[in-house]
Amino acid sequence: MKARIHVFLKDGVLDPQGEAISGSLKHLGFEGVGSVRQGKLIEVELHTADAEAAHDQVKAMCDKLLANPVIENYSIELSA
Amino acid sequence: MKTAVIVFPGSNCDRDAAMALEAVTGKAPLMVWHGDSQLPDGLDFIMVPGGFSYGDYLRSGAVASRSPVMQDLVKKAEAGVPVLGVCNGFQILTEAGLLPGALMRNAGLRFVCEPAPLTIENHNSAFTHAYGDRKDVVFPIAHHDGNFFADQATLDRIEGEGQVILRYRKNPNGSMRDIAGVSNEKGNVLGMMPHPERAIDAHHGGTDGLALFESILGGLK
Repeated sequence: MKARIHVFLKDGVLDPQGEAISGSLKHLGFEGVGSVRQGKLIEVELHTADAEAAHDQVKAMCDKLLANPVIENYSIELSA
Repeated sequence: MKTAVIVFPGSNCDRDAAMALEAVTGKAPLMVWHGDSQLPDGLDFIMVPGGFSYGDYLRSGAVASRSPVMQDLVKKAEAGVPVLGVCNGFQILTEAGLLPGALMRNAGLRFVCEPAPLTIENHNSAFTHAYGDRKDVVFPIAHHDGNFFADQATLDRIEGEGQVILRYRKNPNGSMRDIAGVSNEKGNVLGMMPHPERAIDAHHGGTDGLALFESILGGLK
């Protein structure tokens, strides 16, 4: 199965890259653009069909490496 | 006196660090490759140098902080061995959980490369006591991800404990409370974005960095 992991900055953590994107969108004439936050999408292929075991494993990966708990949150999506 | 510099793929200040350590101790440090599972025994001081370990992939310092030699470094730091992380080394030490906070992309989104005027905030630390009561120093900075972040409670705590060792006089990167260098609670681990190892020669960047190395290494001779 495949895990899609979204890593994004916590609320309250300044995202200068998101702000630059927001500024650029406004500059291009897109109206009604509010705050923009930039994150990461990480795809991991797993050699297992057991969704629960896969979720536990990916959560451990996030806690150990993929996200920095000081500044980031993450969410996990699993698909076959 | 036995000192070591850790070398990662992408480190580029390891030789500057070695020059600084040799200038102050009179003896070249051991250069330890990141893939080694253990550091040599009996080290008196360990330096984690600047650079772009693993190309800054994932987050600056993230991959290096999980390398085999870092597991041993964390144990030695917790046992009290003095550790200095500069620039990418600071990022690696925060990622390894030895120091509070995180280093994020510079608020101006630009790589900054210039002499940085700094204030020494804590003159009693193991890394700064040789400065006496001198407050102002200038060290070079050269980084893209030096924007120090920690939540308000952590900031208040580290300020209260005297862990903020250095502050920028002119904030170059958006760091919270102008923080340029922080230590751990015990005071034996220091991380800083500015480069003291590039300020040890009157002909190249001045000599303001010497007293930092003399502070931490002087007592060990």
